[in-house]
Amino acid sequence: MNMELSRRTFLKTSGAGLAGTTLGAFGFSEAEAAVAAAVKPFHLVNTTEARNTCTYCSVACGIIIYSKGDLRKGEKADIVHIEGDADHPTNRGTLCPKGSALRDIVKSQTRLTQPMLRKAGSDKFEAVSWDLALDKIARAMKDDRDANFVATNQDGVTVNRWLTTGFLAASATTNETAFATYKVVRSTGILAFDNQARV
Amino acid sequence: MTNAWTDIKNTDLVVIMGGNAAEAHPCGFKWVTEAKATRGAKLIVVDPRYNRSAAVADFYAPIRQGSDIAFLMGLINYCISHDKVQWDYVKPFTNASFVVREGYAYQDGLFTGYDESKRDYNRDSWEYEIGPDGYAVVDETLQNPRCVWNLLKQHVAIYTPEMVERICGTPKDAFLKVAEMVGECSTPTKTMTSMYALGWTQHSKGAQNIRGMAMLQLILGNIGVRGGGMNALRGHSNIQGLTDLGLMSNLIPGYLNIPTQKEPDFTTYMSTRAFKPLRPNQTSYWQNYRKFFVSFMKSMYGPAATKENDWAYSYLPKLDVASYDVLRVFDMMKHGKVNLYFCQGFNPLQAFPDKGKLAAGLAKLKMLVIMDPLQTETARFWEDHGTFNKVNPADIKTEVIQLPTTCFAEDEGSLVNSGRWLQWHWPGGSPPGEAKTDIWIMAQIHLRLKELYKKEGGAFPDPIVNLNWSYKDPGEPTPEELAREMNGSVLVDVFDPADPTKKVLEAGKQLSGFGQMRDDGTTAGGCWIFSGCWTEAGNMMARRDNSDPGDAGMFLKWSFAWPANRRILYNRASCDLDGKPWDPSRKLIEWDGAKWTGYDVPDIPPTAKPRDVGPFIMNPEGTSRLWVRKMMRDGPFPVHYEPFESPVANVIAPKVRGNPVARVFPDDWKTFADIGDPNFPYAGTSYRLTEHFHYWTKNNHVNSVLQPEQFVEISEELAKDKGIALGGWVRVWSKRGELYAKAVVTKRIKPMTIDGKIVHIVGVPIHWGFVGAARKGFTANTLTPFVGDANIETPEFKAFMVNIEPSTGPVVA
Repeated sequence: MNMELSRRTFLKTSGAGLAGTTLGAFGFSEAEAAVAAAVKPFHLVNTTEARNTCTYCSVACGIIIYSKGDLRKGEKADIVHIEGDADHPTNRGTLCPKGSALRDIVKSQTRLTQPMLRKAGSDKFEAVSWDLALDKIARAMKDDRDANFVATNQDGVTVNRWLTTGFLAASATTNETAFATYKVVRSTGILAFDNQARV
Repeated sequence: MTNAWTDIKNTDLVVIMGGNAAEAHPCGFKWVTEAKATRGAKLIVVDPRYNRSAAVADFYAPIRQGSDIAFLMGLINYCISHDKVQWDYVKPFTNASFVVREGYAYQDGLFTGYDESKRDYNRDSWEYEIGPDGYAVVDETLQNPRCVWNLLKQHVAIYTPEMVERICGTPKDAFLKVAEMVGECSTPTKTMTSMYALGWTQHSKGAQNIRGMAMLQLILGNIGVRGGGMNALRGHSNIQGLTDLGLMSNLIPGYLNIPTQKEPDFTTYMSTRAFKPLRPNQTSYWQNYRKFFVSFMKSMYGPAATKENDWAYSYLPKLDVASYDVLRVFDMMKHGKVNLYFCQGFNPLQAFPDKGKLAAGLAKLKMLVIMDPLQTETARFWEDHGTFNKVNPADIKTEVIQLPTTCFAEDEGSLVNSGRWLQWHWPGGSPPGEAKTDIWIMAQIHLRLKELYKKEGGAFPDPIVNLNWSYKDPGEPTPEELAREMNGSVLVDVFDPADPTKKVLEAGKQLSGFGQMRDDGTTAGGCWIFSGCWTEAGNMMARRDNSDPGDAGMFLKWSFAWPANRRILYNRASCDLDGKPWDPSRKLIEWDGAKWTGYDVPDIPPTAKPRDVGPFIMNPEGTSRLWVRKMMRDGPFPVHYEPFESPVANVIAPKVRGNPVARVFPDDWKTFADIGDPNFPYAGTSYRLTEHFHYWTKNNHVNSVLQPEQFVEISEELAKDKGIALGGWVRVWSKRGELYAKAVVTKRIKPMTIDGKIVHIVGVPIHWGFVGAARKGFTANTLTPFVGDANIETPEFKAFMVNIEPSTGPVVA
């Protein structure tokens, strides 16, 4: 299904010579062709490609992520470059001022890297383990739900709702994430459930 | 979108109103450029600001924010009075000929049934007259004074070009030029497209803004055709998908509804969802509702959802109010009624109105859980940032847990674009540090909660312990497993009732589409409209064949579009009554004598004969609706209502404040400036810059270099009045809060004359805050009012009143 594999293999075997010739035929001067000939093989031979979609607006431009290391081989992969996907029918390889700088959002200094806890009244976050964070969350949910779950309304009608906890869902996550989120949240009886589409 | 980005190349006229595609959707806007270059298409921009879309427009008309309905009803009035109507479309394909029952009326800005104390209507009279045959009464001659067409004609008559100028500030000449260009698209061979976004949704009557344009497009015959449509450009990369999947208070995936407490059992719930056709032969596709609902419940609860327990209907929570939308929930929070709150990839301290109220709410929580790839202001609402976020952390008792998540570049799955294409993507990098996918986090929370309920018991554990979670690794379901589940599968062999030896569906197989879904528990499917996305043939969303037969712009083999891989909704309406394309050069589908064929998947049963079945198959009428019955809270036709904060009273209904049925919480009335309040004389509006995306890219070094510092934009005239210099500091304040910013003094904003009064506009870009790589700034929502649209509660960010003065800049603590 992942068609970039075949294209990548094709270019690997055909080598840089072909890329140079093709670009030359498009009217590049010799100097530009030399640069292009060096850059393209660097992308296509020394890095792994992954097809992805720009994370910003819902034009959903196709992008190609170039990484050092191959996730499919179980390696660590470090993203070195992101560019527009020329095969994509909507953006045809182009990107806007936001999309052109995508690598820098992935590599932002303000990316979160470990679970953190801010205690009541504290003026700082402190690092905690995943287990501690998740156990704390599950415990808080259970206690709040048990204390405030509304099984029936004033008229005795079964309503099975939980109103003292709310969940605000992302809108740049995948459908698959959204569906898993839906199942977990809805199963608890939460009604204070909303997402970015509201605004 | 009814259509697709790539289809915009097929248009003759683009109207950008309520959006700014050149800056907010630049790569989609390229299809406008394409249509201009290759078809000679024209571009009209109607906006309070001469923005970059306007800079390349063939015609630009200024408009005051919050007055779009007056403009749109003005256009409809023009088309009707100048006979710019595609009659062969309007008569058969809209409800123009349907007769409305006696008792319905409209006067002075209000429809029949208004109850001021409830701020709501009794909408019972907003219905068709039903004949003795059980069908809606129609008058194809359009002579009946109570038919929809005549009621519409009467309704829009007040919106003359002079009235449009008075309300909108658009000079009469400019309005008439737009009207003339739009009117030309009423021929069958000229098409207009509407591109809009938050400029229309973020109003207390946002949904009616959009209806106004949809009505105009129907009158021009532009829905269902190439180069036409109502095209919501939409915001985040999967905002469409999250909506489709119903991650909202009152929704079930695929636009089904969470029950209310007035529907205590499944039979009652289904009794109002029969969707009986209102005219003979009509499809009324929602008649299949039960199949989609039962398949969803089987996906949620597997073997625990049985016929005997009404498919676990009691597991679903029942609503006591219309919805627990974010505004309601933050109001509850402020009153101490919410204890625990989760924000998954969401920064509500910036994203919702009235920052002061939001922060007060967050401070009353016991626990706030953040799941995000990036630092957000919400996660740090308790942190003192001087004038940008003045708090005393010791006073805030909320416990905050911040969980690091992966981002798009590190995960796999599908996103739905504005054109409803589900596009699959693959990860390119390893997550930083200990960051985890949201799927893993949600699974871990569920498993821990389930374990606690199994061990300890507690309040109604059934829906939690019986949630269908049959994934290979319950700790981390794969995107493939979840996608296959949304598509749906066969649970039990199904045999042909006429021939019990013939197996129709085989257990374990993926469904080929929602047409196979059943209401007897033999099929499961998480989201019926996505069905067809992962079939026995594999992952349809990962398809990457970009061929485009006929150069039509449809790309049927690229990814998968819901529903049923259809690229233009209502495409049956691209043909006349006999099934011939209105414009043969822009054929989409056609009737070949036996079936519908063409470049798109027909939006009609493939063998349904023309003239028998109407093109709007989801509606019981079989037609589209110019008059929307009782389906919208604020009226079956759009009416011009002023924003809740406004420089003038409503010219057409002086006694009506704002949208008369929009919900206002009791505490909030006093936070709104009075109409024409001299303390807040300037009309504020929020907007976005092309270099930034909401509150994310201030975390991005490159974008922070491109647009490093907060500013507000004002006209040269206002700058002169107030002694404000270009690049000088100003203070801007509303009745709710204030911000300091540099002043950008431009010719792009001009003062407007509204009902004889000069009104200045203050533009407020929204991208700054107190965390990130850019210079610190103020959240723009310190200014905005806590009120939403009457139907869907989208906040009124686009129209509010402020004051402005020169300043020395913020005092940094």
